Amino acid sequence: MSAQEGGSAMHEEGSLEHPVHPTADVYLRVGAVLVILTVLEVGVFYVPAFHPVLVPVLLVLSAAKFTLVVMFYMHLKADSKFFTFLFGVPLLLAVGVMVALLFLFLGALTLRGAAGPG
Amino acid sequence: MAHAATTHHTSLGLDNRKVAFWAFIGSECLLFTALISTYLVYKGRSVVGPYPHEILNIPFTSVSTFDLLMSSLMMVLALAAVQRGDMKWGKIWLFSTALLGLVFLGGQVIEFTEFVHKGLTLSTNLFGCTFFVLTGTHGAHVAVGVLWLLTLWVRALQGKLGPANAMTVEITGLYWHFVDVVWIVIFTVVYLIQ
Repeated sequence: MSAQEGGSAMHEEGSLEHPVHPTADVYLRVGAVLVILTVLEVGVFYVPAFHPVLVPVLLVLSAAKFTLVVMFYMHLKADSKFFTFLFGVPLLLAVGVMVALLFLFLGALTLRGAAGPG
Repeated sequence: MAHAATTHHTSLGLDNRKVAFWAFIGSECLLFTALISTYLVYKGRSVVGPYPHEILNIPFTSVSTFDLLMSSLMMVLALAAVQRGDMKWGKIWLFSTALLGLVFLGGQVIEFTEFVHKGLTLSTNLFGCTFFVLTGTHGAHVAVGVLWLLTLWVRALQGKLGPANAMTVEITGLYWHFVDVVWIVIFTVVYLIQ
């Protein structure tokens, strides 16, 4: 089978090459959720009652927005798992490096502070 | 149609351009994480002002964030229109996406100018250095995205963009949405968590 014939054969709905993408209606709903999450983020920032839990709440809201865009707008939910692998592995590596750097630099700073001057 | 005939597929049955582009996005993840990590490592270590809480304008940046989110929505609507062959709306959504990208860049220019007038430059302190490098790199990516979108829009006006080239629009969309998700992280880490 030639590449062109192979491509035509995969034009069926939900094939690897042409997965079923969400409809405009789904895109609009996701857009509405993204706007609501952004309003919540900014709202939480200005409400003093949330300040003790500000960082975890903001990180959760940000992660939710990130996931929605990647899953629906970048189509990782419907696309081949290979794309998830290509994106997910560097992302995990990057997050691991970030956490390691923060421990390395900020952890050392905290230990020096606990040890006192000198 | 000649375009579709020249499309190559990997042994996985996937379009090779899309595979390459996802690999590129993976490498971009590492770039931006390095810049965000640098910002976080040097956070709170500036010995002279201006400091983040004195200078960052949350309401203004919230509007920019909303603008970029809406541009992502326009982008997927453009892709959906091109895929179904509705080039009239394809052109409208592509131009809207580029326009919102330009609005975001305009906002960034205003913000940077204001910061410089308040005494924050690349060499003022650690905050200025890491902030400008991180947000400037992101802004450069947005600028590239706007040029790419406008190129697609011009091709659409010339009648050279149609359902057969939907993959080109999809790959442009991947880049644009990646720029958006990077901003989602920057907005939280730099602006909201001070």
